[in-house]
Parts: sequence; structure tokens; C-alpha cells
Amino acid sequence: MSELITLTVDGVEIKAAPGTSILRAALANGIYIPHLCDHPDLTSVGICRVCLVEIEGRRPTVSCMTPVEEGMVVTTASEDLDQTRKVNLELLVLNHDYNCQSCDKNSKCQLQELTRYIGLDEERIKAMRKPMLDSPIDDSNPYYIRDMDKCVLCGICVRTCDEIQGDGCIDFAYRGIKTKIAVLGDKPIIDSTCVTCGECVARCPVGALVPRNAVEPTYEVETICPFCGCGCGMVVGARGNKIVSSRAVSGSPANNGSLCVKGRFGLSFVNHPDRLTKPLIRKEGELVEASWEEAISLIADKFGQYKGDQYATIASAKCTVEDNYVMQKFTRAVMETNNIDHCARL
Amino acid sequence: MAGLATALGSGAMTNTIAEIGDSACILAAGTSTTEAHPIIGYQVKKAVRNGAKLIVVNPQEVPLTQFATLHLPLKPGTDVVLLMGMAKVIIDEGLHDQNYIDERCENFDKFKESLEVYTPEFVSDTTGLPWEDVVEAARMYAENGPASILYCMGITQHSHGTDNVLAVSNLALITGNLGRLSAGVNPLRGQNNVQGACDMGSLPNVFTGYQKVENDEARQKFEKAWGVSLSGKPGLTHTEIFDAAYKGDIKAIYLIGENPVLTEANAAHSNEAMDKLDFLVVQDIFLNETAQKADVVLPAVSFAEKNGTSVNTERRVQRVRRVIDPVGESKPDWWIVSAIANEMGYEGFAYNSAEEIFNEMAKLTPSFAGINYERLDQGSIQWPCPSKDHPGTPVLHKEKFATPSGKAKLAPLEYRPSEDCCDFDFPLILTTERSLYQFHSTMTRYSEGLDELSGGEQILINPVDAEKLGIADGDLVEVSSRRGKLKVKATITRRSQPGVASLSFHFAECPTNLLTSSALDPVAKTPETKVCAIRIDKV
Repeated sequence: MSELITLTVDGVEIKAAPGTSILRAALANGIYIPHLCDHPDLTSVGICRVCLVEIEGRRPTVSCMTPVEEGMVVTTASEDLDQTRKVNLELLVLNHDYNCQSCDKNSKCQLQELTRYIGLDEERIKAMRKPMLDSPIDDSNPYYIRDMDKCVLCGICVRTCDEIQGDGCIDFAYRGIKTKIAVLGDKPIIDSTCVTCGECVARCPVGALVPRNAVEPTYEVETICPFCGCGCGMVVGARGNKIVSSRAVSGSPANNGSLCVKGRFGLSFVNHPDRLTKPLIRKEGELVEASWEEAISLIADKFGQYKGDQYATIASAKCTVEDNYVMQKFTRAVMETNNIDHCARL
Repeated sequence: MAGLATALGSGAMTNTIAEIGDSACILAAGTSTTEAHPIIGYQVKKAVRNGAKLIVVNPQEVPLTQFATLHLPLKPGTDVVLLMGMAKVIIDEGLHDQNYIDERCENFDKFKESLEVYTPEFVSDTTGLPWEDVVEAARMYAENGPASILYCMGITQHSHGTDNVLAVSNLALITGNLGRLSAGVNPLRGQNNVQGACDMGSLPNVFTGYQKVENDEARQKFEKAWGVSLSGKPGLTHTEIFDAAYKGDIKAIYLIGENPVLTEANAAHSNEAMDKLDFLVVQDIFLNETAQKADVVLPAVSFAEKNGTSVNTERRVQRVRRVIDPVGESKPDWWIVSAIANEMGYEGFAYNSAEEIFNEMAKLTPSFAGINYERLDQGSIQWPCPSKDHPGTPVLHKEKFATPSGKAKLAPLEYRPSEDCCDFDFPLILTTERSLYQFHSTMTRYSEGLDELSGGEQILINPVDAEKLGIADGDLVEVSSRRGKLKVKATITRRSQPGVASLSFHFAECPTNLLTSSALDPVAKTPETKVCAIRIDKV
């Protein structure tokens, strides 16, 4: 590894690897610099201009696009900086629908965080604001909602779709004040090549992209996705014994912070009303509810009559290591046969 | 799996998912990676973004194809010919790694001899691909290292699936692409814990960790640990079990977490087999199509209600943790099986937790011996992990192969055509696919929204065939094979090549596996669901 570079930020000496931006170096060392369009998983683009800093001997510059240099002296706050940053923030907020109380992102919104930190001048905003915000809400996708009146054009979703999903189904469209994020032909998202991975929804800093019917979980547990063989680490949230959310474990080895449509949005089968809740026994041709005692005792009795090669277990690749160990032990030790297989060949 | 185990000594993914993004060339054969393994698809796209070459071997145009440097739409079932043809080009042009072959492989001369028959004419005629494309693919793969091969059911689900796998591993061996980072031969496993179920010996011929039931030493170890005597005769495989039930040799089946009514090849046959059983127990989370046939149905918990571990496609052992309480009276699978064993009077099933079971297993399984829950809470571990201080094994075959001699065996191969051949009555080939929005047949059908995104079942037909048959886009058609028939909506698209049509198999409304053939690979016993002769008629 190449040698670390030493620089000073607000009088604090910090070290960072060559090529790191001032912004990420500062954040990694616990020094906050306001920022919006920068995301650790994506390339930096310097769109929002709120991460401005002063560097000794230079003009103010955006810290997300400036790599660290040996001996650099950086200032993150001054009267000039605060004023410029405020104007830049006001330009972001200008046409943002700030009906925060009814927004799903309320209290988790990065724009709110910036506004609290930087502050803004309500009067000036009122004077410059478009008379009406009127982009229709795109609710064509079953799992997430796009509200372009809340979009601040940071481009995180565009870069996510391009760099992480590799799909590139959205981009900046139109020009000037009409600029918006759109799919090809500015159609509803459902008519695009979007594969609903939800990576953009997970990264949107404001309320422009939110999961449909989002419920805040009371607690979360780290586990592994139940679908394909990728084995993605996921954090599943629940409220009232019901699964309400799932998100990727950042830095998890198999999926490195990503999930697909099934892992992110497809877990509602767990609480489906058709789940089996009691053992069923066929009586006079019909499957009827029974107690565990009755079911286990019937099976034990029947299986006892078919020991050896007249018996087989079809085990399951959906069950855990422990489940499968017990299944093959049961088949071999109790049922006295090696007739056990599962869907590995299918 | 059997093919890789023969050649390399181990039938698992040789490298890790995260390495794929750094490959210089990726050969993706018989895998629709972005649909069936979306997260691995991200890595493939990342590699392409970094300048890697991507060769897609697939009869159909799949979403991955749009990222490909070269797409080889071969005729279904001719993979051996293509791959051996590529091997011939590599050796004829001197692009192989002779040092690697001398040091680490056996049987090179016989293998080289067997390539003689794969002439440009033969390869081109059989696969339907221009010879220049085969040459280009061979050069691309051999000249851009490290090169990684990904394959999936498009390679294995054939009556010659084992040969396909051997052909794939031959390519990696002659170019020295095994035992190094971002290279390897990587079978992408379909289910969340299919690797773990295999590792645990839910297979007819092995105990945990692939210890053979025929091996006296292994069997004695398990007999001692479990306090019983054990059979050394390998059992029946999946498709054979249903055949035996059909014949009346098997009378009772305990079927856990599977839905063969939809997923078994030649489904009508296995359906009838299940009807003939004296006693069928189904354990599942839903009353699926198969459970409706059962004598007893047992409610199991879902992944969200259980503790345990699972092993992903890259041999990574990870902790599954309980999120919510069991729904209704449902129970963990290990608890239910143990309760039956206890009721039948067996000791040795008095487990109180998944962790106890894991520890018993690890003691009997050398490749898991160093793993326990405490370590897994710190992070996942890739087996083999033989001791507590062993970090796990991200890349297999680094120093030597897991074969008895330590060397890998190159396999001379002959082309065997698929068994279900086209004729006048059944002139088209049907192959099966998967949808990103569905998963096999049960779970995703109960998850709200996924059905809406997947748009239901449709048969993909090339415009040339459609015109001949007088079928328009959206028409209802009847698809029949030598085993069954069904009705489905047609989509006319160039994604299918002329002469080939495709269906998925997720939908109970359209049970594709009524059509497919259960002709088996002689070694791996995998059914030929990727090639099936059919006829399409407008309804």
C-alpha cells in the first residue's frame, strides 16, 4: 500500500490514502463537511456544491472532487463559505416540496439535515420559488414511489443505476429549470428497463424515491436472504411479529451492500395468510387440522412399517445446514436407508 | 457436481463472488446470471465496466447478452462440441499453458487426441455457430487472464450434463485458470442453501462433507457417533426415487420444502408416482400443489423464524437468525424430524438448539471442523476450515487438487446428442428459463407485487417459426411434447433463435414440467429439462 498523505482540516491533522477526496478523508476522521450528492458507493460528481471548503492558496472548491495533497491546509467554515453554501443550499431547496410532515423521509432526510446545519432565508426562497409544483407522482411500480417534486437532482439514483445495477434506465432529462430524472421517453418507471432492485430507493437522500407502504420496524435482525444461492447478508426489520423491511448489510462479503428485487421487496410470503399453522391429517379423503402429538405419533407408527429401501426422504435446499444434518441422520440412522436426495440436480 | 468432483476432486465453486469483478475474461455458459443470480450479475457487469471480455454461451438472448463482447447462440445441447472446439483452437494455436498442464494435470495426451474429431465443419454444423466465432471465443478466453467460467443449469440439466461440466473444466485447466484469484470454474448454485444441503449429506451416496457411505472408515465413524449400524449401499437419486415409487418399490416418502408437482421433470409421471405411495408426508410453509396430495402435512417455520446456518454458492457458511416468532404452531424442521425420531424410540435426537446440532456435525466433518457459532458471529467462513485457527478457504486448488493424486484429470469427451430429439411430429426444441421476479414455484407466488412485475408465463418464439405456424404475438397456443401438453400465451421475439422456444417453470397455471423429459445424465442423474422436443399449435 502506498504511503498515507497528511493534511490539516480546521487545524486537525489527519491522514488519508492518496486519491481520497478531502470530503471522504474528513468524514472518515469524524470531521463533518455538509454534503448531499456524494455517496461512498459511487463516483463523486460535484453536483450539489454544498461541500465547499477553502484551501490555503486557492479559491473555494468542492471537497468531494478535490483529492488530498501532502501538507494541504483546509478550512471548512468561514463567513464567505457559509454564505456561498447557503445560496447553494437555497438553490437545492427552491423547488423542493417541503411538506415535510407528510413525507416518508421526515427525520431521515439529508436535505433537512443540511438545512438545520446551514440554515436558509425563507423570504428569498419565497421570492424565487416556482408558482406551482406539479410533477405527477409515479406510482406505477408495485414496490416504490417516485415523487419528482421532492427530487433535488443530486444524481445519486442515476449513478446507482449505472454503476451498481449496470442498467442505466434513468438519466437527467430536459434542461434548465425543467431538468428532471426520467426514463427513456419520460414514461412511467414500469415501462422502462428498471429491474426494481431498489438500489436507488435505498440511496435516495430525500423523499423522491420511497418504498410503498413503508413501515418503520420496531427492531431489526441480521440474517441471510432466503432466495437464491448468492447468500446475501440482509437486515430484516419487524413490527408486531410481521416482517416490514429489509436492507442489505453494508460490506457483507457476498453482496457488498446490494440486494435484488426479491431480497429487498419479496419477503411478504412470510406473513401470508395462507401459511400453514397446524399439522393436517387426511381423514376420509380430506386434510383436517390435528395436534402435533397426533401427527407425530401417526407418522412414527407409519414410518416404522417402511424402514429400509421402501422409504425415501426428499430433503430441502431451502432448509438450514442443521435441518439437513438432522434429516440425513434420521434417514440413515432411523430409517436405515441412504435414500435421501434434494433438488440439487433440478 | 459429479463432473467437477471427478476432474478436480471437489464439486463446488472454486472462487468467490467478489473476485469475479476483477476477472479479465468471463465465460458465462448456460447461466442467465442477471436473472437467476442478480448479485453475481452485478459483479459480471462490474468486470465488463473495468474492461473485461464477456463471452455468453446461451441458445437464447438473455438480459446478460447485452453486456457481452461475444454471444454464442448455440443449438441447445451442443455445449460439449463448442467447448471442445474451443479447446482444440487453444491447443492448435499454442495458447495453452504447457507448464501448468505438466505440473498439475493428468491425461493431456489422451485429451489432445480426443480433440481430433472437433473439426471446424463438425463444430460449426453441430452447434450452428460460425467457426470464426468459436475461434474468437477461444482466443478471447485463452489470451485474457485471469479468466473465470460461470455456469449454471444450462450446462447441467442435460442427459450429458456431466460431460458439459468436464468440458468446462478442461478449458480452465489447459489455460491454467484454476487455483488463482479471479479465475476458476464456478457453478452458480440455485437455492439459498443447496450447497449446505449437499455439504450435509442430503445426498444418497455421502455423509456430511462428502464422506462416502461406501467408505468403511467413514461409515464406522458415523456408526460410532450415532450408535447404530449403517447401510453402505448408496441410495436412490431424486428422479430415481420417483421412478421407484411409480414402480411400487418405494412406499413412503417424507418430502420437505419442495414442490415436485411443478418442479420435477416429466411431472405427470412423478405426480402419478406420488399418488401410488402408501404414505406421503409433506413438510412445508404453504399447502402447495404437492402438499395437497399428502397423507400428513406438517407446518414448518420460514427462514425468518429460525436460527441456524446456510452455505452460499461460494462455500460461505453464514448465520441465519430468527427475526419473528413462529407463525401459528409451525416448528423448525430439525425440531419436527427429531420429534419423529424420538417418538420412534431413538436416542441421539434430543437437541435443544440449532447450535447443538451444528457442533455435533462439525465434530464429524473435517471441512467444517474449525467452524462454530462464536466464530460465525464475527463473520462468515468459507469451507474447508479444518481447525479453529484456520481462516477458511476463498480459493480452492491453490497448491494441489483434491483428487487422490493431487492432479486434475483432463477428460477426453465424445459428443452425445440430447435424448429428446426433434422429428416430424415434434419439430421445435423447448428450453427452460428463469424469471428475475420469481423463485422456483412457491415462495414468490405468495409475495405481493412480484407476480405483477414478472408478467406471468409466456412462451418465447422466434418470428421465423411464428410465421410458419401462423402465430401472432399474444396468441394462445398449445404446446405439446411426447409427455404432455399445456396452453400458454405466445410472445414473438428474436430472443429465441429459429427452431427454439422457451418457457419458465414458476407457474402452477402453466406447469412447464409436464412437457420436459426426465432422461437422466448417467453420472449425475440430472434430468434433461433444458432440451425437449415440442410442437406448437395455434389454439
